[in-house]
Amino acid sequence: MEYSPYYNPELETMPRKELERLQLERLQHTVRHCMNAEFYRKKFAELGITPDDIKSLDDVRRLPFTTKEDLRENYPFGLACVPMRDCTRLHSSSGTTGNPTVVLHTKKDLDEWATAVARCLWMVGSRPEDVFQNSAGYGMFTAGLGFQYGAEAVGMLTVPAAAGNTTRQIKFIRDFGTTVLHAIPSYASRIYEVMREEGVDPRRDTKLRVLCIGAEPHSEEQRQRIEENLGVKAYNSYGISEMMGPGVAFECPQQNGLHIWEDYFIVEIIDPVTLEPLPDGELGELVLTTINREAMPLLRYRTRDLTRILPGECSCGRCHRRLARLQGRSDDMIILKGVNIFPIQIEKTLLKFRELATDYLITLETKEEGDTMTIDVELAADFSTDDFKALLALEKNVTRLLKDEILITPKIHLVPKGTLTVSDEKKAVRVKDLRKLF
Amino acid sequence: MTIHQLSIFLENTTGTLIQVLRHLKEAKVQLVSTTIADTAEYGILRIICSEPLRACEELKKAGVAVALSDVFALQIDNNPGAAADVVELFSRAGIGLTYIYTFLLRNKGILVFRTDKPELTAKTIEDNHLPTISEEELTV
Amino acid sequence: MIWNPNKECMSRDEMSALQGKRLHKIVDYVYHNVPFYRHKLQELDITPDDIQCIEDIHKLPFTTKKDLRDNYPFGLQAAPQSQIIRIHASSGTTGNPTIVGYTRKDIDIWSECMARCLTAYGVTREDIFSVSYGYGLFTGGLGAHNGVEKIGASVVPASTGNTEKHAKLIRDLGITGIACTPSYALYLAETMDKLGITKEQIKLRVGAFGAEPWTENMRQEIQQRLGLKGFNLYGLSEIMGPSVSYECQQQHGSHICEDHFYPEVINPVTLEPLPYGQTGELVFTTLTKEGMPVLRYRTRDLCSLMDGQCECGRTAVRMSRIEGRSDDMLIIRGINVFPSQVESVVLSMPEFAPRYMLIVDRGSNNLDTLQVQVELRQEYFTATFDTPAAIDELERKLANKLKSVLSIAAKVQLKAPNTIERSQGKSAHVIDKRKL
Repeated sequence: MEYSPYYNPELETMPRKELERLQLERLQHTVRHCMNAEFYRKKFAELGITPDDIKSLDDVRRLPFTTKEDLRENYPFGLACVPMRDCTRLHSSSGTTGNPTVVLHTKKDLDEWATAVARCLWMVGSRPEDVFQNSAGYGMFTAGLGFQYGAEAVGMLTVPAAAGNTTRQIKFIRDFGTTVLHAIPSYASRIYEVMREEGVDPRRDTKLRVLCIGAEPHSEEQRQRIEENLGVKAYNSYGISEMMGPGVAFECPQQNGLHIWEDYFIVEIIDPVTLEPLPDGELGELVLTTINREAMPLLRYRTRDLTRILPGECSCGRCHRRLARLQGRSDDMIILKGVNIFPIQIEKTLLKFRELATDYLITLETKEEGDTMTIDVELAADFSTDDFKALLALEKNVTRLLKDEILITPKIHLVPKGTLTVSDEKKAVRVKDLRKLF
Repeated sequence: MTIHQLSIFLENTTGTLIQVLRHLKEAKVQLVSTTIADTAEYGILRIICSEPLRACEELKKAGVAVALSDVFALQIDNNPGAAADVVELFSRAGIGLTYIYTFLLRNKGILVFRTDKPELTAKTIEDNHLPTISEEELTV
Repeated sequence: MIWNPNKECMSRDEMSALQGKRLHKIVDYVYHNVPFYRHKLQELDITPDDIQCIEDIHKLPFTTKKDLRDNYPFGLQAAPQSQIIRIHASSGTTGNPTIVGYTRKDIDIWSECMARCLTAYGVTREDIFSVSYGYGLFTGGLGAHNGVEKIGASVVPASTGNTEKHAKLIRDLGITGIACTPSYALYLAETMDKLGITKEQIKLRVGAFGAEPWTENMRQEIQQRLGLKGFNLYGLSEIMGPSVSYECQQQHGSHICEDHFYPEVINPVTLEPLPYGQTGELVFTTLTKEGMPVLRYRTRDLCSLMDGQCECGRTAVRMSRIEGRSDDMLIIRGINVFPSQVESVVLSMPEFAPRYMLIVDRGSNNLDTLQVQVELRQEYFTATFDTPAAIDELERKLANKLKSVLSIAAKVQLKAPNTIERSQGKSAHVIDKRKL
């Protein structure tokens, strides 16, 4: 059967002018709808604006920002724009401090969400004949149910394997002929390692073709290594639960930036300090306004994710602009000796060395000589640790390249493979900040 | 340089130890030293005894989970710090002790232990001329 | 309230006619799409045309768990792969799980049946409903979830784990309904006590309890402690998942969605059908399933079908509480566990003798525990095992293998050779200390 390369041909390829007209219409509707929430009524009153002031897309800048703290402070239902009886789903993520956050969905929101994920999966070549295995956690964690509904909308055979139990994941990949897999990048590497231990050759013994990786920042080098190891094409997925979950933005087969669905969101990149909007191409914090959500629309939500918009059109034919690979989080940024450092810069550098494995741990400490950075990094499995000379040379090279990248000299600590192994279910902890902040 | 030790898997319940000791008594095996490494549910009973090879066979016949382990045995002075001096030598050589126990025999301290690097341990004992003790000497 | 009065309150004659029509259709469908059934029917010299009314069901062959296992993974699937949109799995009796594929229509019917259950419990779109069955391959989570969305209540996909957070959400969000195992409900009550959350601070009023056997005493305790009304929810993945049958406000027997799942009770030895009121093994035939229909599937659950009209107005036949099993399956924390699964793992490790014992207990926190005792094989106890660290490592290796096959954690206890009694018969492998 011959399929279109697009899941929603019309909405994915419409002329920009038409898309912008649709955006404005939806934005105006959303802003009026937001007046159902006490929180936004107050904010608008403070700013002295009314929904009628939004006359063009540029007027989005007149709207108030919304932050994660706002969601916490208005827990549980302060930002709801519909009565509870119209809600069909509630996701909650636990905060490490204070109240959890709650995100509400109506039936229509869930349908739109499934459609967005289906678009993404279709974009990377998933079709009803495919077998999709989801290794994300289910329940409150949105990547589980989010991908489940999207994959079912495509019509794929969907295996809700959920997180953990790597041996069983591999058994299912083989027994069910899984072709499309969703996993966070560190878990994809883990699956490959266990396959190796169990003598499974992904190219020979599985039908894996497409891998969707998200939820954890990772570098181009890491992607390429995963692709090479598992014999797949790996596509970057972006989503945050406040917007809905997965399906916000996704790479197309060009693997050059993630298309963000602009009929769902108004996209801005701002300077996280001055809060001023930045032009396309410049790195800053991603700010999203939802324009087709009913239960809990959010205006200018500060994602804290750092990225930029890639200028120009994509050859895949989609009219939706592309985000560059995420560069970390504005609140993850390490400031050491006055230098701004993103963990992703360190990861990128480490992955240039074939002698090193993918796991690392950055430790920041206060010592007599001041604040220091130590990086524990695992040696590749096939690297012989007996050769002291080679180890020393490697350590020196890694240190030098890192200094070029982040401008300070870290202490490198090479450790055997497996020392920093990531557990099946957790996101990898990459940074430990033990500094004394007085 | 090493001697034989019986290692026996026992459940940590009343009556399991006496069964093993009864078998050894019937076989007329003389105990020199025993120690137990125990957890809440089971223990590993370690025995130095006369005729360990025969004792092991007898216990196997009786259905006991028993194994012969090769362990090092050194004589040390019956003085404060004697054991520390010996262990210090191994520690400096980068040898890790898996387990260790001591007992007194004819007013001499006996140090029994297993390590994670048996060859290096043997070499260290030789290089430092540490006095070993044989199975025969232990049971005379 | 009744979700679908047309089907739930049909007259007996109409229901039988509908069942007969659907039975013919499903037999015709599997005959042409599932080689396993075609061969079975041919062996019995039956063609789909021999099945014209519901009474003809007695001519049909039985299907067992073993048949599902022998045809792992997709051998009994009737619809083409491209029509299957989801699979679920439950424990097999040995290493391979039992796989069930669902088409979009199957999922819709499942949601419809689940909506019938929830409506019978008194759940409406005004409710905020927490689903605390495990999500993923287990049918409990997604099955109940789809039903709650279907009736338009707000579903909180709490899944299992993190009970403290869950207890706080129940209070903070004003959650009114919950689906979980009865033992989890008790555990939740305990957690609330610990957190100082009182019955007055929460709004729970409906509980949908299933996935493990429970008693009237447990119902009373849960109802009293959580201040809700607790209803039985029955199902099994081979037939669909939760929603095969459900209690109504009368709390007297569970109505079966018999327009989709035709029930019989048989004598497990002679395989002869038993009349209403007599306890035997429950057998289901799926009348409308597309993905993996089954004919006369032997559930191994022991119960009886109840005669007479229910005061709630539903005419759908009721089944009694599950009184036991005709095989040795255990249900531990909602997960099906077969001693033979443990056996297959033990046999795969030469360090252990082919003897084992499962000890199931209910801890003080009301959560079930599984302990597996195995015997060390004398000839495998070598000098390398002469430290507790080495023994622990061996126990851990076995525990990991068990976890991957059973999907629940088991505590391993190593025993000395010849200390586990040689088994005589299947039940000798199990000590179930839970008081049900």
